[in-house]
Amino acid sequence: MRFRTITSPHILQDTSVGQVMRRVLYAMLPGIAALLWFFGWGVLLNLLLATVVALAVEALLLLARGKPLALYLGDYSAVVTAWLLAVALPPLAPWWLTVIGVLAAIVLAKHLYGGLGYNPFNPAMIGYVVLLISFPREMSSWLVPHGLGQPAALDLLDSARAIFGGVLPAGIAPDALTGATPLDVLRTRLGLGQSVSEVRNSPVFGLVAGHGWEWVALGFLGGGLWLVYTRAADWRIPVGMIGGLVLIATVFYLADPQHYAPPWFHLWSGAAIFGAFFIATDPVTASTTPRGRLLYGAGIGVLVYVIRTFGGYPDGVAFAVLLMNIAAPTIDLYTQPRVFGARRG
Amino acid sequence: MSGLFAFHGGLKTVRHKTESNQTPIQTPPLPPRLLVPLRQHIGNPAKPLIQPGDRVLKGQMIGQADGYISAAVHAPTSGVVVALEPVPVPHPSGLADWCVVIDSDGEDRWIDRQAVDYRQMHPSDLRNWIRNSGVVGLGGAVFPSAVKMNLSGHCERLEHLILNGAECEPWITCDDRIMRERAAQIVAGIHILAHLLNPREVLIGIEDDKPDAIAAMSAACAGTGYQVRAVPTRYPSGDVKQLTKLLTNKEAPIKGRSTDIGVQCFNVATAYSVHRAVNHGEPVISRIVTVTGHVRQPGNVEALIGTPFSALIDWAGGYREGAERLIMGGPMMGFALHSDEVPVTKAANCILIAGAADLPAEQPALPCIRCGACVEVCPANLLPQQLYWHARAREFDKAQDDQLFSCIECGCCSYVCPSHIPLVQYYRFAKNEIWAQEKEKQKAELARQRHQARVERLEREKQEREAKLRQKAPAKAASPVGESAQVPLETAVARARSARESVTAPATADSDAAQG
Repeated sequence: MRFRTITSPHILQDTSVGQVMRRVLYAMLPGIAALLWFFGWGVLLNLLLATVVALAVEALLLLARGKPLALYLGDYSAVVTAWLLAVALPPLAPWWLTVIGVLAAIVLAKHLYGGLGYNPFNPAMIGYVVLLISFPREMSSWLVPHGLGQPAALDLLDSARAIFGGVLPAGIAPDALTGATPLDVLRTRLGLGQSVSEVRNSPVFGLVAGHGWEWVALGFLGGGLWLVYTRAADWRIPVGMIGGLVLIATVFYLADPQHYAPPWFHLWSGAAIFGAFFIATDPVTASTTPRGRLLYGAGIGVLVYVIRTFGGYPDGVAFAVLLMNIAAPTIDLYTQPRVFGARRG
Repeated sequence: MSGLFAFHGGLKTVRHKTESNQTPIQTPPLPPRLLVPLRQHIGNPAKPLIQPGDRVLKGQMIGQADGYISAAVHAPTSGVVVALEPVPVPHPSGLADWCVVIDSDGEDRWIDRQAVDYRQMHPSDLRNWIRNSGVVGLGGAVFPSAVKMNLSGHCERLEHLILNGAECEPWITCDDRIMRERAAQIVAGIHILAHLLNPREVLIGIEDDKPDAIAAMSAACAGTGYQVRAVPTRYPSGDVKQLTKLLTNKEAPIKGRSTDIGVQCFNVATAYSVHRAVNHGEPVISRIVTVTGHVRQPGNVEALIGTPFSALIDWAGGYREGAERLIMGGPMMGFALHSDEVPVTKAANCILIAGAADLPAEQPALPCIRCGACVEVCPANLLPQQLYWHARAREFDKAQDDQLFSCIECGCCSYVCPSHIPLVQYYRFAKNEIWAQEKEKQKAELARQRHQARVERLEREKQEREAKLRQKAPAKAASPVGESAQVPLETAVARARSARESVTAPATADSDAAQG
């Protein structure tokens, strides 16, 4: 009897990149459900469109690069990128916005750098930033959340018409649908000289942060915690990011509570929670050392606050993540763990 | 249990211990032919003492330890030496190695066994006795044990003598069974080790999934002061470094030895063979082997060294349907063999026949996504994904800077890799490349030295010729005072050079021959 010889280890854990990526998708479901509830069918259509485009483009590029199609499509990384980008887009964003964003993410940020594992920047965030800079008007047309006067009349068909045809049902003015996000409101009104407590009286705010938004954040928090529990995401990155954000927000808030929003508001607003568990945790573009991941996360948290408070954009997760992507290799270099047997200190 | 210290990383793996640890150690029938390799240990192979045609007795030395790091080899049974030739041996390369082929005469007649009183012996005599009994580490590393019993120079006094009964690899149960069945004899062996090494304390580490072994060893150690410690079942707790850390919280320095931190470690089965060698005069001619996996009756056997694997697999009822891979050692660090027509060596702790269900489905590797799962499990606290990039890019300097050589090849990183990258294979490749480069460097250095020596010799000969010419014709020309003073100086330099030459040149030639 002649046996095949393969090097050790001869047993492997039942795990795969596809499994890790699928877990990310499952973990997004509660947050997506909340988005659907508050912002309507457009969320779902964006997700579907982004997924279809991402898979098609991924398949084309894999073919062009001579990679085995089934193996690489089965890693689900393109779907994850599509979903991460789609939930960051306005729910009634025109179809071409989604398509351009996905193209930028998959072609520019991923495959031009060598595909899965080789991209230095988070593809979804590249897609998002390309759109934000190129189409600021479309990107800031967020819907008013359910419960704040959003017409319930916008059913699936209406949403599809709005996205693919750019037409709204008769009797609904575009202005009635869209409104400023809580972070927008805070930013604008603080700029007008109002105090935080005055701004907080605006109807866009709910219990802790933006009405509706806080539930979305809660959904992503739940999914994110599960992701950390299953070890599909390293706990150090969200802990670092939330820690960094809360720390700097607390310092400013304590110094001047009338001009700086409280830390819990920052934590529950915009993409902070989503970013901490789903964006920053992209392992390919993050730091890889254990201490480095804490630092990397903390850097994102601080940058998010700085951009929100002093920068030109109401939210800053995408820019913060991309900036820290640049810093990741350097962080890795200076945060090597102490090898077994090496002297302490 | 008191005083345990966690090590970084590690894994909970499948166990598969109960397949083979439910039945006592058995003795298979005497095989008609034994193939005894001369290289069964780290270091130089043993020098054969017999020739084809010789009759040998059970326990007779047939190979002599050659050099300090080497061990003797003995005839496992009585019979006739029919050949001394290269035979396929269990080695990852699948290559043949020199073996003494013995046809058993069926009598199994022993040599005149002599026990020695170790308390009355000079330590170096005792170490020699153990060395000549062929005692090597039976945990799988097969390092000559006598070398480890000599502390001179490495530490003032041994703090901890550690007995390794962790047996952390899945499937393997040979240490479990020997501790359950022969605990008193293991302890008798520990007495000898403790006598030689005089440690401050003796610690016996056993993974807590072996309660019967822990109970047996604790009972046998009663009144001796030796401490049996149950360590958590977490692979690779049985690695010397990890077990030392668990029991003492000490870490052997990088590039250092365990004796640098006052620790020496032996496998429990090694202690048993020390006892047999000293108190019974029986050299190492057999070992306990776990035969498990896809065989009909898995279990443990006390197999004579040189028994073909196939005989043990027959003893275990033969292969079951679906036997896919033949592994010597455990599934994490063992190596796969082409064929079962290889002999049991002192390193063969386990013959594992893996079935398709035990093995991962074949899956091509995807790119590394830097998820860091490998970092979490690495017991050496390395950055495996970083080492992988370096090895792949052939950046061996960087790999060494990142402490590639601290890697113990335990396989934890490969085990958890979601991209199915054979990481350990990359590290082995990088290590081998670095070793090859070092050899190349040494060769180049030797060539440089040889060239320099040649240049100096030619120069010297030239000067000697000139000096001779000048001496022959002193009358012809009235030489100035200064020049005549220089001549003896030059000859003195030449003499000094030639003296240096005569020291280096033969050495150079020797090592060159060894290289070739």
